[in-house]
Amino acid sequence: MADNILEVRDLKTHFHTNDGVVKAVDGVDLHVEKGEILAIVGESGCGKSVTSQSIMRLIGAKSSEKVSGEILYHGEDLLSKTEKEMRQIRGKDMSMVFQDPMTSLNPAYKVGTQIAEMPIIHEKKDKKSSWKRAIDMLTKVGIPSPEKRASQYPHQFSGGMRQRGVVAMSLACDPDLIIADEPTTALDVTIQAQVLDLLRKLRDDTGTAIMMITHDLGVVAELCDRVAVMYAGKIVEEGTVADIFDNPQHPYTQGLIHSLPKPGSRERLKPIEGQPPNLHNLPEGCRFQDRCPFVMDVCREKQPELVPADKQDHQAACWLMGEEENDGDGRTGESEEPEKTF
Amino acid sequence: MATEELVKVKNLRKHFDVSNGLFRKKSIVKAVDGLDFTVYKGETLGIVGESGCGKSTTGRLLMQLLDKTEGTIEFDGEDMSAWSKKELNKRRKDFQMIFQDPYASLNPRMIVEEIIEEPMVAAGMDKQERKERVTKLLDDVGIPDDYRKRYPHEFSGGQRQRIGIARALALKPKFIVADEPVAALDVSIQAQIINLLVDLQEEYGFTYLFIAHDLSVVQYISDRVGVMYLGKMVEMSESDELYENPLHPYTQALLSSVPVPDVHHNTDRVLLEGEIPSPDNPPSGCPFHPRCPIAKEHCKETMPEFRERNKGHYVACHEV
Repeated sequence: MADNILEVRDLKTHFHTNDGVVKAVDGVDLHVEKGEILAIVGESGCGKSVTSQSIMRLIGAKSSEKVSGEILYHGEDLLSKTEKEMRQIRGKDMSMVFQDPMTSLNPAYKVGTQIAEMPIIHEKKDKKSSWKRAIDMLTKVGIPSPEKRASQYPHQFSGGMRQRGVVAMSLACDPDLIIADEPTTALDVTIQAQVLDLLRKLRDDTGTAIMMITHDLGVVAELCDRVAVMYAGKIVEEGTVADIFDNPQHPYTQGLIHSLPKPGSRERLKPIEGQPPNLHNLPEGCRFQDRCPFVMDVCREKQPELVPADKQDHQAACWLMGEEENDGDGRTGESEEPEKTF
Repeated sequence: MATEELVKVKNLRKHFDVSNGLFRKKSIVKAVDGLDFTVYKGETLGIVGESGCGKSTTGRLLMQLLDKTEGTIEFDGEDMSAWSKKELNKRRKDFQMIFQDPYASLNPRMIVEEIIEEPMVAAGMDKQERKERVTKLLDDVGIPDDYRKRYPHEFSGGQRQRIGIARALALKPKFIVADEPVAALDVSIQAQIINLLVDLQEEYGFTYLFIAHDLSVVQYISDRVGVMYLGKMVEMSESDELYENPLHPYTQALLSSVPVPDVHHNTDRVLLEGEIPSPDNPPSGCPFHPRCPIAKEHCKETMPEFRERNKGHYVACHEV
């Protein structure tokens, strides 16, 4: 598709450790369309952050880190870029917002200086106009009295304001993709609401696409357009937010949604039993097999690929997909899509 | 609902002196500033609030892990501060704590059996009795018995939290303070632990003070909920009443800020302006007035009383 800003094909990030190979990301395909907010959701260790860092090429420089596949940014493969070329892309075309704003700001420099650095480096602007840009950006992210704030240091900002500062920095060169890795996890809920509101407004105003890495399904439902659910290094389901929440197809997605308490209900929670698999020692076949209530023989033998579930753009990687009859678990909406990739 | 009082807190205050350095001006953080509430036998009282509101300090004060600055805490009708150190240690078996971080709260050099046994050793139980009790507790919390000789690092976060729960239950306490017991866990594991906490309460009949920032978890597990802001209780009522009919503007904003995992949910969000003020320099009058959408002139001057508005529904606001 022409409108894809980013297309990731068969991304694998493997870490070679003393205890063996950790397949943190193991064959991820995804794309980000212009102006959309894509959520990558999953629990600790599912590989969502490693995916985002691999896309930014923040991983892969060491010999113990092996990144393979294709990361196409406007059709150009980032994996074949040199570090020097990457430095021109990072911050200018694609920028990143991390979870902890205190560690992504340098405590020794004024916030304004750190934001102004972006146009100075990427657009060769002079200091004066860059400083003005920094103030504009702080205004844009809703920081009161931005002229004064630009001359302050990060420790003089509160947590929510620091995160706004980081968002301001990521926006300074008008990127067309922002990767936000748990940007609101460290924030209190009333402050989180402010930052989510800010991200939504920025997307609406500037058309910047956002790839949102999160574990919070509430954030996904509120903010995002499409969702990719990850489990143990693979995407297990992908679709629009409505598809994922109203008609989840993969048993893991169903389990995640069911394990949340429903407002006002005292019904017993339905957790997913067991623990995620050890990435050192992945089982043969589907990685969710040991926790799956619908596990079949085939799940223990072969790994399922993403296939269209109830419609073309709602995909799930599960052997239950595309079966004419389900094992009586009462789910509907099986596809008659002929094109299976396996 | 049970009406027998287990813990009664009156005008509880905890002020920390944070003046550091020789020439710094004196600075006092009023972490907890005048709490009045009662925990009834057999209930789960949830305490919610954002960082720095004093909810954890409250839990630690009730556990006698911190010394109060002012006020009284009555446990089962007795004033806790009247107990001698020896008496306090003897009584500790009645109130125990479950901590947030299952990585930091278990001693990495002890095996599971020793961790769970430790409170029983302190209480002077004999060896045979201890072994049997550990077996029962491991079964209660769903840890296979043959794991008793393992070290904490061999367990996942959810399993460690189960071990922490087993230790808290070791002496059959009457009262358990659970401070963010599921905050560090993944969603699918979180539900396992919440179910466990509910089951154990049914079996043992103890009382919980459940401190958390996750409002949907608190609503699910609590019979009553109290909302704290800057060291003060701003609202308290039965759980469902609070969530359906929040009276305090802060509670309303807090509830509406929670992202709901439902695409058809339409929130009329009350976006609060600004940030939580620092507790070492709280605003005058009602601590919420600088961010309050309905604040009036008198809110800046006088602190509203915490009074019963509807039956069992307490709120501290001039304007409701």
